[in-house]
Amino acid sequence: MKLWELTAHELLKKLAHQEISQEEILSSLSKRIEEVEPKIKAFVRIEKSKGFNGLPIAIKDNICIQGQPTTCASRILEDFKPPYDATVIRKLKDAGFTIYGTTNMDEFAFGSSCENSCYYPTRNPWNPEYVPGGSSGGSAASVASGEAIWALGSDTGGSIRQPASFCGITGLKPTYGRVSRYGLIAFASSLDQIGPFARDVEDCCLLLKVIAGHDQYDSTSANLPVPDYRQSLGKDIKGIRIGIPKEYFSLVKDSRFEGIDKEVKIVMEEAIAQLKRLGANVQEVSLPHTEYAVSVYYILATAEASSNLARFDGVQYGPRARGAANLIEMYKRTRQAGFGHEAKRRIMLGTYVLSHGYYEAYYLRALKVRTLIANDFAGIFKDFDCIVGPTSPTAAFRLGEKIQDPLAMYLSDIYTISVNLAGIPAISIPCGFNKAGLPVGLQIITKSFDEEMLFRVAHCYEQATLWHKMRPPI
Amino acid sequence: MYETVIGLEVHAQLKTKTKAFCGCLIEFAAPANSRSCPVCLGFPGSLPVLNEKVLGLGMRTALALNCTVQKFTKFDRKNYFYPDLPKNYQISQYDLPLALGGFLEIEVQQVKKRIAIRRVHLEEDAGKLIHEEDASLVDYNRAGVPLLEIVSEPEIYSPLEAYEYLTALKAILRYLEVCDCDMEKGSLRCDANISLRKQGTKTLGTKAELKNMNSFKAVRDALSYEIKRQKEVLEAGDAVLQQTRLWDALTFKTYPMRSKEEAMDYRYFPEPDLPPFVLSGKEITTIQEGLPELPSALKQRLISQYELSSYDAAVLTNEKALANFFEACAGLYPKAKAICNWIIGPLNYELNSRNTSIAALNLQPESLVSLIKLIEGQRVSNLAAKDILTQMLNTGKSADELMKENDLAQVSDTQVLDELIGKIIADNPKSVGSYNSGKANALMFLVGQAMRLSKGKANPKLVQEMLKKKIEHIFGSFKEGNP
Repeated sequence: MKLWELTAHELLKKLAHQEISQEEILSSLSKRIEEVEPKIKAFVRIEKSKGFNGLPIAIKDNICIQGQPTTCASRILEDFKPPYDATVIRKLKDAGFTIYGTTNMDEFAFGSSCENSCYYPTRNPWNPEYVPGGSSGGSAASVASGEAIWALGSDTGGSIRQPASFCGITGLKPTYGRVSRYGLIAFASSLDQIGPFARDVEDCCLLLKVIAGHDQYDSTSANLPVPDYRQSLGKDIKGIRIGIPKEYFSLVKDSRFEGIDKEVKIVMEEAIAQLKRLGANVQEVSLPHTEYAVSVYYILATAEASSNLARFDGVQYGPRARGAANLIEMYKRTRQAGFGHEAKRRIMLGTYVLSHGYYEAYYLRALKVRTLIANDFAGIFKDFDCIVGPTSPTAAFRLGEKIQDPLAMYLSDIYTISVNLAGIPAISIPCGFNKAGLPVGLQIITKSFDEEMLFRVAHCYEQATLWHKMRPPI
Repeated sequence: MYETVIGLEVHAQLKTKTKAFCGCLIEFAAPANSRSCPVCLGFPGSLPVLNEKVLGLGMRTALALNCTVQKFTKFDRKNYFYPDLPKNYQISQYDLPLALGGFLEIEVQQVKKRIAIRRVHLEEDAGKLIHEEDASLVDYNRAGVPLLEIVSEPEIYSPLEAYEYLTALKAILRYLEVCDCDMEKGSLRCDANISLRKQGTKTLGTKAELKNMNSFKAVRDALSYEIKRQKEVLEAGDAVLQQTRLWDALTFKTYPMRSKEEAMDYRYFPEPDLPPFVLSGKEITTIQEGLPELPSALKQRLISQYELSSYDAAVLTNEKALANFFEACAGLYPKAKAICNWIIGPLNYELNSRNTSIAALNLQPESLVSLIKLIEGQRVSNLAAKDILTQMLNTGKSADELMKENDLAQVSDTQVLDELIGKIIADNPKSVGSYNSGKANALMFLVGQAMRLSKGKANPKLVQEMLKKKIEHIFGSFKEGNP
């Protein structure tokens, strides 16, 4: 057994018994990276944080690391070295973690395939012809391929859960406010949340415990104690009330959306049957506003993004276009050269919905529907402990398959987006494969600040199955 | 005939130690960019956290302006690109400002008037651009400094009213100790909206927004110019254009900066990085109860308690420190009117000529009172006392000390004065003659001569009396029986 194949909790046990050393773990990972990175391209930079020699972790390229390039996979942040550590990075460093690599992503987290990177697309370790999902595709692929034991990503509309699902690993989007956003380069501030990727639920628990908690530098972080999540492991789920939203299994009315993939549906049905066998009380529920989630999301998220990305103007940092005749020209040329297609599309969309005369029709209306979507969930959690469904309507798709069709790409997040809009937590765990041998993810959703419920159900299911033990054939 | 309608937007820099959303110190004229951090520089990933003091000072001001503090309020983003704005959006307040609906009382030509205040909201300041020959530099020390924007209703009808509004507002802000109100340093800024309409009509005319006035006087002058300009446009049968215009203090004119078509779309939306805040009635009441005595109340009290004139009380209350100093002196010595005269007269003159404030002067009330006591006791003349005051401020020595040191004690010795008067009469026969023939002024001239000759030391009252007697005595023999 090679060390890179082990989970963090297995490695920690060995470290505790002094069977292995930190150096051995890092060198095992280095070898693995040398072996598979040319095929996967999960990382944008590999650089060990100086002076640290603890458990290694990979970080998505949009979380600030002091003195190390943090670029959001965008040319506009080329060579940008933050003068400070994100709160999660400081927590990791304080806990002795070694940050050795930053992972690829869709530029500014805009995308669901990791193809919108200014560097190169990342490949799915299960089949390099396929995308790893996005936007945290690099983090997901690094963990799935054994180039990382665990990693951090960020999730604005599904950017942790969807790639976790596509890569056959576990990914958690914590409750909005559970983890500090300080130092996470913002996409949509009211939706963004940092979360862990791991190969099993236990590692996810451990990592969340390290990064969660109130932060005086983030006014939106919740001032609540962080439970010991390991207490949620090893419990049964007898009598746990699980709602299955019918909207996640039916053909959605939009003619462009084909609804849930047949093979994914079969995998899901088996997963639900498994939960029943474990004693859960499973019933169908309805989330009637699901069909509006994608529209609402692409109004609110792009509106916030257009404002968040305004600061990238060539004045203080990042490359500046040379030879501009005046200020406006400098702004235009810098941003034209610095942003990729999808970033430009979202900035324009966001600017449009906030513009005079459109604000009420789009932004304000979307805010109202957001409340309705949150109310849908709140209503269900009065009677149910959690909601279970597919993480994404399909398994991973081929590189290039959706890149020319933004709407098709956006619909890949149809089941994850509502969760961000409602601010609630959700986890994606592996629950099977399609006929092409690509992983399928099971999403478990619960009420705010009840990550313990997610871990309890996810761990119980995981321990009863072998999906999390499956490794890609590379 | 046209009627002028003016609305004022005042930006007051709140006097907090640190910036609105980060821990950077606020310091005027610190080395460029030395008071900055990732938050106020708008670095990627940084987040604002509201300085609680900002909210407190904002509420204090709003309540003093008789506004209703809103129990649910939030921040919004005002989006526009400019290099002095690090994030290319300003954290401000849009549809749910801190406070609404207050008023400010002003007095114009002895007539009291209430100017309604529409809203009071919090926002952050931008940095400063420094233009060089072939480049522009940015200093972000000011970026993120808390500002309070106070917007009046368009209920100001003349440049003078605008001037009085600003004077009254400044006094309140200074009493509350929420703002330095130094327009030159930019801690108080004022933009003015002005339009004309036909007398008797109710709808507002097309307005111009005036910017770049760096004193209250400049606001008044810019408004006066703009009235003239708009009147000319209207009288020529043209329409006033909706414009933002800049005041030029050198040419004394306003120039167009941008028109309505070029007006910016700020794309306001709720600031997602700062949760809305809910203020309890209790918090608001606590602040309301902690408000200090405000200028108008203090003025009334000075008038009734010390029997000062309305004018005297107004001058004293313009600066809270001056009023405080007066009250401290009046507490030591009951001659309030004399104290008031000395403060708004010679002391104020010293303050102005030294370009300083009473607080910076380090003059103790006891010191001024001891000087006034010397005058009231006829131990020094008024003239000599002014000289003593100047020296007191220069040297820090006491009035008694200076009087002795400089031999300024008033001479009331009749023998000495008699000699002096004899000399004056001998030297000025013409004046003596004209006084005798009924010109009372001539006597004052002679007293003046005596004061000059004695270097201000002679007791003027005594000199006057003695002069009168002596002249009457000289001519008396001829005039016996003729009153």
